[in-house]
Amino acid sequence: MDDALSAEAEMVHERPGRLREFWFYFRENRGAVIGLWIFAVFAFLAIFGPWVAPHSATEQFRSDTLVPPVWQDGGSWKYILGTDPLGRDMLSRLIVGARFSFFVGIVVVTVAATGGILVGLIAGFAPRWLDSIIMRVMDIILAFPSLLLALVLVAVLGPSLTNAMIAIAIVLQPHYVRLTRASVLSERQKDYVTSARVAGAGYFRLMFVTVLPNCLAPIIVQAALSFSTAILDAAALGFLGMGAQPPTPEWGTMLAEAREFILRAWWVVTFPGIAILVTVLAINLMGDGLRDALDPKLKRS
Amino acid sequence: MLNYILSRLLTFIPTFIGVTLISFSFIRALPGDPIVVMAGERGLSDERYAELSAQFGFDRPIYIQFWEYLTGVLQGDLGTSFVTKRPVWDEFFALFPATLELSTCAMIFAVVLGLPAGVIAAVNRGKFFDRALMSTALVGYSMPIFWWALLLIIVFSGNLGWTPVSGRISLMYYFPDATGFMLIDSLASGQKGAFSSAVQHLLLPTIVLGTIPLAVIARQTRSAMLEVLGEDYIRTARAKGMSPGRINGVHALRNAMIPVITVIGLSVGTLLAGAILTETIFSWPGIGKWMVDSIFRRDYPVVQGGLLLIAVMVMVVNLTVDMLYGVINPKIRKR
Repeated sequence: MDDALSAEAEMVHERPGRLREFWFYFRENRGAVIGLWIFAVFAFLAIFGPWVAPHSATEQFRSDTLVPPVWQDGGSWKYILGTDPLGRDMLSRLIVGARFSFFVGIVVVTVAATGGILVGLIAGFAPRWLDSIIMRVMDIILAFPSLLLALVLVAVLGPSLTNAMIAIAIVLQPHYVRLTRASVLSERQKDYVTSARVAGAGYFRLMFVTVLPNCLAPIIVQAALSFSTAILDAAALGFLGMGAQPPTPEWGTMLAEAREFILRAWWVVTFPGIAILVTVLAINLMGDGLRDALDPKLKRS
Repeated sequence: MLNYILSRLLTFIPTFIGVTLISFSFIRALPGDPIVVMAGERGLSDERYAELSAQFGFDRPIYIQFWEYLTGVLQGDLGTSFVTKRPVWDEFFALFPATLELSTCAMIFAVVLGLPAGVIAAVNRGKFFDRALMSTALVGYSMPIFWWALLLIIVFSGNLGWTPVSGRISLMYYFPDATGFMLIDSLASGQKGAFSSAVQHLLLPTIVLGTIPLAVIARQTRSAMLEVLGEDYIRTARAKGMSPGRINGVHALRNAMIPVITVIGLSVGTLLAGAILTETIFSWPGIGKWMVDSIFRRDYPVVQGGLLLIAVMVMVVNLTVDMLYGVINPKIRKR
């Protein structure tokens, strides 16, 4: 404890650490902090969902189908947000469903970012012809509307959440390639890279140790934004019947199942959508905050 | 300038071949033998299988098949639908006006609301209006539009009964589709109530499809305006005593428009992706619904041809935007 305090006292005189500096700027954006809190709740539910949920997500209370939420006539505290046509508790399904969206976001961003950064680094350092080939391939992928390409990819691979994630990762990856390549090309010109090369650094070291850390800021922002895109696209695929399959309580799949009850039971349609919207909104708020905190051009304005 | 256009056109060719290759490979990668799928439940004899296989050219080496497909595409032959037995090209152009009409209306909706919203937000930077508008824009930007559509249906079709749930026009009206654009056709037919029925059918899909472009345009306009408002020439205009309305509306907005126009042009892909969801929900007989239905029906030639046509469309629009950008901004040409 004392150590931490004295370390903090020393910090005052030094240049603040990168993380501290980041937090200083991030904290100024109130929306971003709210987004971070919502995201923390979302992550908590994604991990501990089944233990937090009042009921099992798949248990069917046959005598209590389409029970309205608690504040409406006929609602009960047993099912706070009501039940769906099969008598499953909405709140429990939403809570357990958080992990699917979270998982989609994490996996898609990790796969797309890792692949995209690697390809982008190669394109940035490669000879002209290889760079052209890589960028043309990315142009080709970008020519297809992302959801359509994902839809067809899932049709090829077979509808499931895993395949939906693969498809979305492939579709999102070109953005990382372009972003990384653009930063690499501008960083490569700088003196510190030349001096590293003169000092005898190999391509591998130049790529990953010298240049990459200086290209990360826009990539981190892109990661936050594509996290929300991934959740939206996975939900859309689920909604079209090409993502997670019933009875998985994935939010988009829940919406698809609820469609026929749209005019009879508003709650089965409304709540999964709110869950998607709030999560995506929180992540986008965080993304805006990240951009403001990481982009040095905007910092002083 | 000519060099710039030529170099842009040259990059178009390999991308086009690549897009063709991708849409061509999907049909080969889809699970199930297309001929068996086409035969359906009845099944078919070995001779008939060989015959059909020869007819579609599946018995030849894959690179020859691709070459024939590519040359066919360049001559406007995209194959024939398994389900309707009509050429893919004809189907596409029969349905395309519906999507074009919907997308155009959505884009107009987005621009008409998004531009002023962005300008107002930028001028009132940090004040209440700015915060309110930008929070709304962020909500719109985060919106799962398939849910937004259901929500609007619940409120406006279910509770209020103002708008119909699906289709392009009420079944009561019938007239030949001269242009394929329901708004024009219904007006031209002269039937009482036809036009207002078409408008009512168009209303919710337009809002749903226009929501995300609206949010993007509002955000983009705001940031472009903010950047321009910090420029010296704006300060000069202020110092000269020019009215704020003229400064914001004429001097600032015109220069802020360049990135905004790019965003508008580049959202064609977003619109088409949105059209897939919007058209499916509202049973709007356009390209998006056609593609989804064909994927579910395993109508491979349609999926293949539709993918290609949509991708080429996106590419042509992006190329046009790129070139226009080069015309507007000479700095781009130099690269």
